[in-house]
Amino acid sequence: MTKKTSATADKKADESAKSTSPSASAAINRQLTNEARIDLFRTMMRIRRFEERSLRAYQAKKIGGFLHLYIGQEAVAVACCSLMGKDDHVITAYRDHGHAIAVGMGLNELMAELYGKATGCSKGKGGSMHYFAPDRNYWGGHGIVGGQVPLGAGLAYALKYKGLKGAAMAFMGDGAVNQGAVHEAYNLASLWQLPVVFVIENNGYSMGTSQSRSSAGELAKRAEGYNMAWGTCDGHDVYDVRAVMDKFLRLAREESKPAVVEVRTYRYRGHSVADPDNTYRAKAEIEEYRRTKDPLLVFQNMLTTEGALDEAQIEKIDQAARAEADAAAEFAEASPFPTPDDIQKDVYWEADNPSERKSQGRLFFD
Amino acid sequence: MPVISYREAIRHALAEELERDANVVVLGEEVAQFNGAYKVTEGLLAKFGPKRIVDTPISEAGFIGMGVGASMLGIRPVMELMFWSFYSVAFDQILNNAANVRYMSGGLINCPIVIRGPANGGTNVGATHSHTPENVLANHPGVKVVVPSTPADAKGLLKSAIRDNDPVFFLENTILYGDKGEVPEGEHIVPLGKADIKRAGTDLTIVTYGRCVLHSLAAADLLQKEHDVSVEVVDLRTIRPLDIDTVLASVAKTHRVLVVEEQKPFASVGSQLAFMIQREAFDELDAPIHRLCTVDAPAIYSPPVEAEQLPNPQRILKAALEVMA
Repeated sequence: MTKKTSATADKKADESAKSTSPSASAAINRQLTNEARIDLFRTMMRIRRFEERSLRAYQAKKIGGFLHLYIGQEAVAVACCSLMGKDDHVITAYRDHGHAIAVGMGLNELMAELYGKATGCSKGKGGSMHYFAPDRNYWGGHGIVGGQVPLGAGLAYALKYKGLKGAAMAFMGDGAVNQGAVHEAYNLASLWQLPVVFVIENNGYSMGTSQSRSSAGELAKRAEGYNMAWGTCDGHDVYDVRAVMDKFLRLAREESKPAVVEVRTYRYRGHSVADPDNTYRAKAEIEEYRRTKDPLLVFQNMLTTEGALDEAQIEKIDQAARAEADAAAEFAEASPFPTPDDIQKDVYWEADNPSERKSQGRLFFD
Repeated sequence: MPVISYREAIRHALAEELERDANVVVLGEEVAQFNGAYKVTEGLLAKFGPKRIVDTPISEAGFIGMGVGASMLGIRPVMELMFWSFYSVAFDQILNNAANVRYMSGGLINCPIVIRGPANGGTNVGATHSHTPENVLANHPGVKVVVPSTPADAKGLLKSAIRDNDPVFFLENTILYGDKGEVPEGEHIVPLGKADIKRAGTDLTIVTYGRCVLHSLAAADLLQKEHDVSVEVVDLRTIRPLDIDTVLASVAKTHRVLVVEEQKPFASVGSQLAFMIQREAFDELDAPIHRLCTVDAPAIYSPPVEAEQLPNPQRILKAALEVMA
């Protein structure tokens, strides 16, 4: 069993966790109905419970490979994705479960993908790091640090080329900011005024190396070198992330200008759950974040203070999220694995659409 | 039939596809205002304007990755690498993202991108600019790899490549850009994955592609005249998908095979061909399959020696006689 990590599991909200947000009064937040606020909270809760359930499945050896959990960072994806319009697009790195749930993918298909099952969102072919849902404008789920960032610029390029008033959000971790591909994408985005917001989810550690040991200067400020707008926000505060991101998304949509936003957040688990977590940070540091900055706890306190949510509702939302995550695990467990015959499907469009094939010759080799 | 250069043939293919499909965009270093480092895209900016013909900074990982992202949303970028040798700085974008995104998404995403540019030695530019990565590229399921040898093939194959829904890597040759040949008028399409018998013969099959086709044809003339050996030259044209059936049919006719390629020997395209031929036509063979490659070292600069490092008609002739012995 995992340790209790949720705010609500502690029942009593810690008094040192804040219960008001300076950004609550931003127009984009003022316009939220109580139901919409509760929905944000519910999505965060669903992410947390999904991640905890997937961790248990991993520990039970139901899941192979890596598992990069989003626990502690829930407010970031939920806030950002809550701002999406129909022509807005999202791409992220390998810590991608939170964004997938935030754009509306179902827990069943996500859990089944972790289990390597044919009912998974990528038919068991992608795994934890490679979730995709193009029908929800979600373009992955990418395994190589920083490699998805030029693709994000490309989504924005396509929007601009087609004359659509949307924006792309290209998420990356703080470890990605030193990759060349990221800087190349920054330059292209600014040079061609692409409607993209580069979102750095700064959880303080690129794997086991702290920010101070890996990155010179302020991360988002590097945007200045590319003549781009930039900002920072508090990733533990849904309202703040929404307020800041709304500003830059509007800039992208309305004026086709790119920006870099650094969201200060924290992850409670290791880089991947298989990694030791005690070589580079103190347990007390994790506990302090949990106690005072947990994004669920903070938002729960705010909603309670606002009168939008009460204890009974919180409990109900929590129970429903746990039940949904458990049901997803049961769905995944009961689902079939892909067959060896599936290995060579979904490689080529032409091979999967033989009636429309124009090329000849062998596509696959023994 | 009009006679045009390999360079013009590629340009015509680009222009026709730009005309046909508003989602086709040409991007690359110096492709627009400079009219192309090798003048392949000359005049396209004037004709199609800066939205369709786009100069990029020297930033291969950035702009190729950008093209991959744009292709996921339905754009059909045709991206020029000034040299395919520069693929190494965009390897992650080309072979992790373009090649894998369809698979990793369980078939939900297509990547209809074309990356084109020259990939050849023989111009005395040293090891960094002389890579022929068709074997490396073709090693990745999900991609298609094309290496045209003539103007007609270059045009017809590039048009097929641009219309293809899978990522296609199109490897040209700076030495061939000025070569002229007949190209059919009007809509001229050559399907990917279809080999072409460039010369019919009965005694020896030379399987080859790209500029080595021309060297092989020259060697075949000498072999006929000086040694009374009738050579069939099979031009693969596409490395993946691979038209192995045309190769096997030729082997069944000649019973002797020489593979000629501008590749380093280790794990080359020829290695794959030799495996497949012995596996599928063992009983047809009257001699071991032979192979002529680039001499196994980084590309040497020294001009007269580089000519000897690469396949050339004399080296091919010698190798062919070894197969016939």
